[in-house]
Amino acid sequence: MLIQICVGSSCHLKGSPEIVELLQKAVSDYHLEDEVTLAGSFCIGKCNRVGVTVQIDDDIHVGVTKDSFKEFFEQNVLNALKEGK
Amino acid sequence: MKKFDTKVQHLKYKVLREVAHQAWNDTLLESVFDIPHMIVPGKTSTMRCCVYKERAILGERVKLAMGGDRENPNVIEVIDIACDECPAAGYEVTDSCRGCLAHRCEDVCKRGAISFDHNHVAHIDKSKCVECGACAKVCPFAAIVNRKRPCQIACKVKAISINEDNAAAIDNSKCIQCGACVYQCPFGAISDKSYILNVIDMLKKSQNNEKYKVYAVVAPSISSQFVYAKLGQVITGLKELGFFTVIEAALGADMVAMSEAKELSEKEFLTSSCCPAFVQYIKSAFPSLLPHVSHNLSPMAMLAKYIKKSDEKARVVFIGPCTAKKSEAQLETVRPYVDAVLTFEELQALFDSKDVDITALKEDVLDNASYFGRIFARSGGLSDSVKQALSEQKIDFAVKPVVCDGIEACKIALLKKSKNVLDANFIEGMACVGGCIGGAGCLTHGEKNKAQVDEYGREAFEKTISDAIAVLK
Repeated sequence: MLIQICVGSSCHLKGSPEIVELLQKAVSDYHLEDEVTLAGSFCIGKCNRVGVTVQIDDDIHVGVTKDSFKEFFEQNVLNALKEGK
Repeated sequence: MKKFDTKVQHLKYKVLREVAHQAWNDTLLESVFDIPHMIVPGKTSTMRCCVYKERAILGERVKLAMGGDRENPNVIEVIDIACDECPAAGYEVTDSCRGCLAHRCEDVCKRGAISFDHNHVAHIDKSKCVECGACAKVCPFAAIVNRKRPCQIACKVKAISINEDNAAAIDNSKCIQCGACVYQCPFGAISDKSYILNVIDMLKKSQNNEKYKVYAVVAPSISSQFVYAKLGQVITGLKELGFFTVIEAALGADMVAMSEAKELSEKEFLTSSCCPAFVQYIKSAFPSLLPHVSHNLSPMAMLAKYIKKSDEKARVVFIGPCTAKKSEAQLETVRPYVDAVLTFEELQALFDSKDVDITALKEDVLDNASYFGRIFARSGGLSDSVKQALSEQKIDFAVKPVVCDGIEACKIALLKKSKNVLDANFIEGMACVGGCIGGAGCLTHGEKNKAQVDEYGREAFEKTISDAIAVLK
């Protein structure tokens, strides 16, 4: 699974550094290092008014914030990985 | 709302704008010979002896706007028919000489080159004069002047000579592409080649960034440019032109600062490699010092490399104040990463060729880099950043920088280093006075530019270099 976090100007100002940290921590907490690749992207072309844009394989998720992160991660990463198996 | 420093820049801009306009409309091929007539219509000349000469010169400018002479590897070119063959006789006595009694000029001249006629007016014997200028300094009437061509005065690396037709000629083996002559020639007879057509072509063929994505990487000196609008509006304008997104070259500068600090502490002596004109100068004038040049790519190339690594469908256009970057982008080591280079002058022409009025646009944001990456744009910024990068990486190394503001200062430091008498372990070399904000491709050069860069630096969301590059893996 390839997770690309937008670090372009717009998302950067809306907190992509925090989301990057949260993702790194979550990946190591759940020991997903072998299954998940984290990468940056300069713009995914979906600049939003709130939150950060994150692309998981081909799916684009907009508006990820610190508060919505836990839910986002469980739904789109943990569940998706489970279903994949 | 003044856009340019001089009318020469404005003329160059008009040509670029027209060429770009026709290129967007796919009509350049049929209209290319009409462009001079569009810019100078009618029968009354406003710049030269007649409209025909004006148009002939404009024809040459059109050629430069379309990439210039492909046979000439130098990105800086002389338009020989535009060269006004300025006087270049050196020190001469003018009619301000009052035939005084003191004769300070005679006394100060160590070569005995000064004599007086029956009116006691001074004359300089050119066979004895060595152009030291001492006489001119002591004359109380400022009657002795140095007649030198502005291009030759501007060229501190002495690459400009006068050819057999009395026009300026550039020695490509000495030229460092800094563009000083381009900015200083009052007749606009020296110009940088433009790659504006490559950029237009790239944008058009990207089919709205579907086929590939065109990234604009902008130099931090942009903060002192386009001051008639907001920086955020310039960013929106770039996207209107068809760029996929805009990234600060200052982020590349942050990356450079980190690795340059490491390299410095390992090698214990280093010269910077950010300024392509400075690096070219070391290559041509001080080849023995080449091993000391930092092995880092420049911020432009460093960031472009990163972009291309993270997005294989990326094309990168660098937009900055610099003519030498056009040359740098052709180097073997940089060519794979940077697809084209534009100056701010050319960006202004691009905006207007598509009638994009940036003052009417909404503001977008530009923020990736730290304060330190951003202040690379002015003299001294690079040294400050390397210092900061050393302390952020907890490297115990006392950097003693010599900040070279302009190529003359660079020459002095390099000369000292080559004789092993330089009391410093880091040479920050910037070919333009003031740093990049003094670049030849800037729209305007002003006193406030440095303050504007510093202010832009302080506005950075990330305060430290580590924060700025933390998101890059």
